[in-house]
Amino acid sequence: MRRIISVLLENEPGALSRVVGLFSQRNYNIETLTVAPTEDSTLSRLTVTTTGSDKVIEQITKQLNKLIEVVKLVDLTEGAHIERELMLVKLKATGSQRAEIKRTVDIFRGQIVDVTSSVYTVQLAGDSDKLDGFIQAVGTAGVLEVVRSGVSGIARGEKVLSL
Amino acid sequence: MELLSGADMLIRSLQDEGIEYIYGYPGGAALHIYDALFRQDKVKHILVRHEQAAVHMADGYARATGKPGTVLVTSGPGATNTITGIATAFMDSIPMVVLCGQVASTLIGEDAFQETDMIGVSRPVVKHNLSVRHPEEIPEVIRKAYYIASTGRPGPVVVDIPKDMTTPNERFEYAFPKKVKLRSYNPAIRGHAGQIKKAVDMLLAARRPIIYAGGGVILGKASDQLTELVRMLGYPITNTLMGIGCYPATDKQHLGWLGMHGTYESNMAMHHSDLILCVGARFDDRVTNATEKFCPGARIVHIDIDPASISKTIDADVPIVGPVDAVLKEMIALVRESKARPDAEALSAWWKQIEEWRAFHGMRYENNPEVIKPQEVIETLWRLTNGDAFVASDVGQHQMFAAQYYKFDKPNRWINSGGLGTMGFGLPAAMGVKLTHPDDEVLCVTGEGSIQMNIQELSTCKQYNLPVKIINLNNQALGMVKQWQDMNYESRHSQSYMESLPDFIKLAEAYGHVGVRIDRKEDLEPKLKEVLAMKDKLVFVDIYVDRFEHVYPMQVARGSMKDMWLSKTERV
Repeated sequence: MRRIISVLLENEPGALSRVVGLFSQRNYNIETLTVAPTEDSTLSRLTVTTTGSDKVIEQITKQLNKLIEVVKLVDLTEGAHIERELMLVKLKATGSQRAEIKRTVDIFRGQIVDVTSSVYTVQLAGDSDKLDGFIQAVGTAGVLEVVRSGVSGIARGEKVLSL
Repeated sequence: MELLSGADMLIRSLQDEGIEYIYGYPGGAALHIYDALFRQDKVKHILVRHEQAAVHMADGYARATGKPGTVLVTSGPGATNTITGIATAFMDSIPMVVLCGQVASTLIGEDAFQETDMIGVSRPVVKHNLSVRHPEEIPEVIRKAYYIASTGRPGPVVVDIPKDMTTPNERFEYAFPKKVKLRSYNPAIRGHAGQIKKAVDMLLAARRPIIYAGGGVILGKASDQLTELVRMLGYPITNTLMGIGCYPATDKQHLGWLGMHGTYESNMAMHHSDLILCVGARFDDRVTNATEKFCPGARIVHIDIDPASISKTIDADVPIVGPVDAVLKEMIALVRESKARPDAEALSAWWKQIEEWRAFHGMRYENNPEVIKPQEVIETLWRLTNGDAFVASDVGQHQMFAAQYYKFDKPNRWINSGGLGTMGFGLPAAMGVKLTHPDDEVLCVTGEGSIQMNIQELSTCKQYNLPVKIINLNNQALGMVKQWQDMNYESRHSQSYMESLPDFIKLAEAYGHVGVRIDRKEDLEPKLKEVLAMKDKLVFVDIYVDRFEHVYPMQVARGSMKDMWLSKTERV
């Protein structure tokens, strides 16, 4: 099952490599990974999506918790949560395609953030399925380049992951 | 406040930490530190002949004393040579701090002479590693390193020290921190009361209980509590290879150790039990055999300081995260208060069954009037040392024989590389023990394969007068490899023979020690007596043992715990 694990990490050199190293060392799988400092500059927030049986996920969270630099973590998929991913995509946009792409972008509530005579650069945010859906809708033939940020997530309601 | 250079702060911090010994080897990036070491006499340095041995020495010291060991090496090859030793300590959760020189911070990343990314290289085999970024940080980094290494589930910590952090002419205010604050590291200090209560209720209601104890009992200094609880309940106890000595082996409630080469009665009792109380062990693959066939009728209570050890391979019915000594203490109190008592009838039937198993195999081996059996060497040593020696072992058949036939009644006396299985561990580990236990008998039980992996340390033994007794069970082959080839590869002995063995007697003499060869059965006991009487000499005892012997019992691969070979021809 797919899980989103959110981690508060000491913002120190080498901390990220410990997390990544743990996954490869113990044969766990990383699907996406995002990391950036938080409003507290001593902490980074790292979000990793992974798949595995309940037993494997339990080991992943326990092993992550054992890393000295991991301050706190939560498996967001255990409760209601919001997940977002940002995608920038360059699409071939010539002739009649231009209007069609514009319409599709509007339907997906994306934005065209850069334009040339033959290329649109589109920005789109949403859960991973929505981003997949957009690519499908415009058709891979017209896609020149895709960059995705990986998943970020946060719990719904009053639950907070903080110190 | 005092002004000290980084190197002096480092050594002063070690003094303030109470460190007695450093094991190490100097080199370019560590020279400022070695100079600071020279200008004091509180912390003693032991110069080894290879950095791997320094780590095993620190490890032997830590296992025998329960205190963290300390290693000091230079950058590059000095640091990488420690990796096998660090991995050995990591697998067995041994507290240790490894101080590594590093090229100057201005050179890092430039492929400088003797530069290695030691933080990166060591990462998968350490509990944690730390890098010094400013000389002022040194006291805090050192304090943190020892704190992390020795609390919670212990383990090795590497500290990487760039050369410019220890420059002699830059001085800083020195203050040794009294406390360590780490918001992200808070090992459990007691178990969950509700879970403990539940465990005690299950324990008292069990009809075929067994206690399965591991190295965590020794690391957690909980042998007394374990012994008290086990005696109170009158239940059978088995322990892992790492747990040897956590409960007296000569006591009748003790069934010996369990797993691949454990006793018949231990493995049978585990398989047929209805309740397993696991204390500080981790259901390792050398214990469980095939996990899907593991102890089908047993409910499991698992006590461990490390939550990740619980339900990793075998699911626990009642997990208890906490230090074993504190949890056992609470269990003892609850058993005492409880009105419930173990069902006497069920317990006596269980013991009757166990005694039948015990009588069935009883660690017998086939004796031979002509040939010295490796098992009888260990039995003789056990008798001659009154079962009170420290035994550091290497890895292979001799390790299993030593663990099976030397009955340890005390913790911290069986020193072996259980998790990683590091050949070459035995001699340096024995040296680390002997250094701090000069009046105790310290044996290194080894084989002609393992001993050659760190034989250069005979020179260190001469320099520091470390009269360990090296018991070389010489079967002229890599015995355990050969045994597996006999059993699984139709006796195709691929690369398991050593056809150019040195004359170990002359070799020992060349290093300034005594060598004794034993190859006749009738000489075994008298010559071993003579060897043990040479109190102040390192004696290399080269004993020619049965070349064809196998270690039994041996669990059948991919079977359950009760599926074993009991000899070359009997399979149950």
